[in-house]
Amino acid sequence: MKIILPLSFAVALAASAARAQVQVPYERLRQADNEPANWLTYGGDYAAHRYSSLTQLTPTNVACLKPLWAYQSREAGKWEVTPLVVDGVIYISERPNVITALDGRTGRALWNYRRPMPNEVAGCCGPVNRGLAILGDALYVVTFDCHLVCLDANSGKERWDVTVADYHTGQSETHAPLALKDKIIVGISGGEYGIRGFLDAYDAKTGARMWRFWTIPAPGEPGSETWTNGDSWKRGGGATWVTGTYDPDLNLLYWGVGNPSPDYNGDDRPGDDLYTCCVVALDADTGKLRWHFQYTPHDLHDWDANQVPVLVDTVLDGKPRKLLVQANRNSFFYVLDRATGAFINGAAFAKQTWASGLDAQGRPILVPGKEPSAEGTLVYPGLEGAVNWPPPAYSPLTGLFYVQAQEDYAQVFYKMEEDYKPGDQYNGGGTRNVLGQEPYGAVKAIDVTTGKVKWEFREQTSSNAGILTTASGLLFSGTRDGYCFALNAATGDVLWRFQTGGSIHGGVITYLVDGKQYVAAAAGQALFVFGL
Amino acid sequence: MWRRIFVVFWGAIVLAMPAGLRAQNAGEPVPGQRLFETHCAACHGPHGEGGKGPTLAQPSLPRAGDDASLRRIIQDGINGTEMPPARLHSNEIAQVAVYVRSLGSLPPDPVSGDAARGEKLFLTKAGCAVCHTIHGHGGAFGPDLSDIGLRRSAPYLRRALADPGAEVPQSYSAFRADVNLPLNFLYVRAVTRDGAEIDGVRVNEDTFSIQIRDASGHVYSFFKAELRELHKEFGKSPMPSYAAALSKDELDDLVAFLVTLRERK
Repeated sequence: MKIILPLSFAVALAASAARAQVQVPYERLRQADNEPANWLTYGGDYAAHRYSSLTQLTPTNVACLKPLWAYQSREAGKWEVTPLVVDGVIYISERPNVITALDGRTGRALWNYRRPMPNEVAGCCGPVNRGLAILGDALYVVTFDCHLVCLDANSGKERWDVTVADYHTGQSETHAPLALKDKIIVGISGGEYGIRGFLDAYDAKTGARMWRFWTIPAPGEPGSETWTNGDSWKRGGGATWVTGTYDPDLNLLYWGVGNPSPDYNGDDRPGDDLYTCCVVALDADTGKLRWHFQYTPHDLHDWDANQVPVLVDTVLDGKPRKLLVQANRNSFFYVLDRATGAFINGAAFAKQTWASGLDAQGRPILVPGKEPSAEGTLVYPGLEGAVNWPPPAYSPLTGLFYVQAQEDYAQVFYKMEEDYKPGDQYNGGGTRNVLGQEPYGAVKAIDVTTGKVKWEFREQTSSNAGILTTASGLLFSGTRDGYCFALNAATGDVLWRFQTGGSIHGGVITYLVDGKQYVAAAAGQALFVFGL
Repeated sequence: MWRRIFVVFWGAIVLAMPAGLRAQNAGEPVPGQRLFETHCAACHGPHGEGGKGPTLAQPSLPRAGDDASLRRIIQDGINGTEMPPARLHSNEIAQVAVYVRSLGSLPPDPVSGDAARGEKLFLTKAGCAVCHTIHGHGGAFGPDLSDIGLRRSAPYLRRALADPGAEVPQSYSAFRADVNLPLNFLYVRAVTRDGAEIDGVRVNEDTFSIQIRDASGHVYSFFKAELRELHKEFGKSPMPSYAAALSKDELDDLVAFLVTLRERK
């Protein structure tokens, strides 16, 4: 008897998909493309392609996709998370400051981490969280009150907790950290509060800060010549609130930088206001600036450049090129050389009225009279931009870049006088919608070699859902009005849809457990998982 | 016959420039206005018209039925939304609340007509109640008029009755974060794949479907793929003029009644 019981116990364990301890070293992250069963980083891989080589779901059978389970939060409010999946376990961040590990087959919770949050934290857009990073056997997450927390990925127990910034001055944290080598890269939110932006690297083992890159240079530093008015640089903005990308071969980190402060009134900050509205390329080991490209010099419309800088290797004019592509909030799609930052080409992908085009260096040619004013100035696009933070996708199969765009969208921009007060919003104006206008959302498929929009799939309103494409030619995303849907990635034709009942604001992902392909999407305050 | 039923409602419900906007032009800022511009305008518009956040320049606020709940929302924010707690002292919150309440509400307007006769007209000859609801009674085809006196001035209502298409009701909050009901009034015509024609007011719409209420009150729901044609008549009113259907005195009476409708929901 004594022998039989442990034996049967062992057999039962083997049959119930027992899991090994979590271990995701840097090399696994670097080769994430080789592990389509998992979703190891916010963007799916360091290039942020959000492209999966899984092919069980196809344009032929996707119509049979159905919901298998849903996990619901006890806390009210929208989710914006892109889940991670590691060896059958899904890791999600719920609001506020809650992390949960779920069994990828059943949706049952394996552990839950809950960190108290002060109730007076400001932050323009609510205590959302967009996801986690994993490295080794640890998970990393930022909190709305500006901490970076390290958890044991097996148990959810806290290992360390460091303060990134002081939330009392309007700073907050919402993005998924980026893990590379031995570091955790963390940005900052607060572009509407007159912060001075930065990007940090922390030691993954200890939480000690290894470097900091200030997005607003201090006097005497390169770029400070673009801040000529007293100490305006100290409250110059330049938030880094969306997860960037990384090229391991070049060892360069690419990160979008936010709007200058105050948003709508530039009187206090004459000049280009570097490095606001730029993508910066930093040495990942040192945080030193290698190059920058500014999309919107001296921005006056809150068109930050935090949209994901996606890394694409393709052939241009007969030559293999390493590119960085971004659909920018200002309505233009840009193609850069990611080794040098050189501008290659750019074109408007949505209606805009503020620039007549881009010059040979990619600098916008301004249309006069589009600045915010006391009486109000009508400009396309409005403050939310032609695109915002929702993560786009790139499919090497189609050569298309896919983005959730906002079309036919104008606002009236007002300029006001405003004094800086730490912790208060510092906008220097405001915006209003246009009476009766109904802008629409659209998934746009952009050819990265030409910048031309190949097709668009129209949605009732703008969507904050991330996009996923697969090697079988599918595109998954979601709408603000609650649909999770699948399109033919080559044509934009609708192949499947499901009404979740909650806005889809997070990244749609796919993974494999026990040889079966699933699709997961956060909708409302729940995670829906679909399968055949 | 049913087209006749359209007649009344469109003119009466038009959202003209909210009252708060006019108040802005009157001179010195009222207490709370400066605080509003600093703490609220970035999302709600400089005058509460609606931007990233919803329109506040309206007589009734869905989440703030009374002043205490409005102050509480300003103080605590709204959990689960992008509305944060305000960094203001309680006396400042009270000032902001008063200013918000002043947006979109018109003061009583002296009129020449007889409100009692106007009410009778509303219910009988003019047939307004067939389409419009007041205090829970009436048709659902047209907008609820229970607080139209807070929203619209007498001259405006008189013009709307005579020329309903002059300003079709529109909203500054045509869309906003997580909205699931369109705020614009929109007249639509749809033709199904088998040739049936439906026209009426849009009740709701999403990426794949649309719901329409016709003049009889019947609600249709279609997936857009089931429709051969879908026409959205932006800026168009189905309501014909009442200039000839009612005498000048009757129009004055009807307007006098409408401006008394000041229920704050």
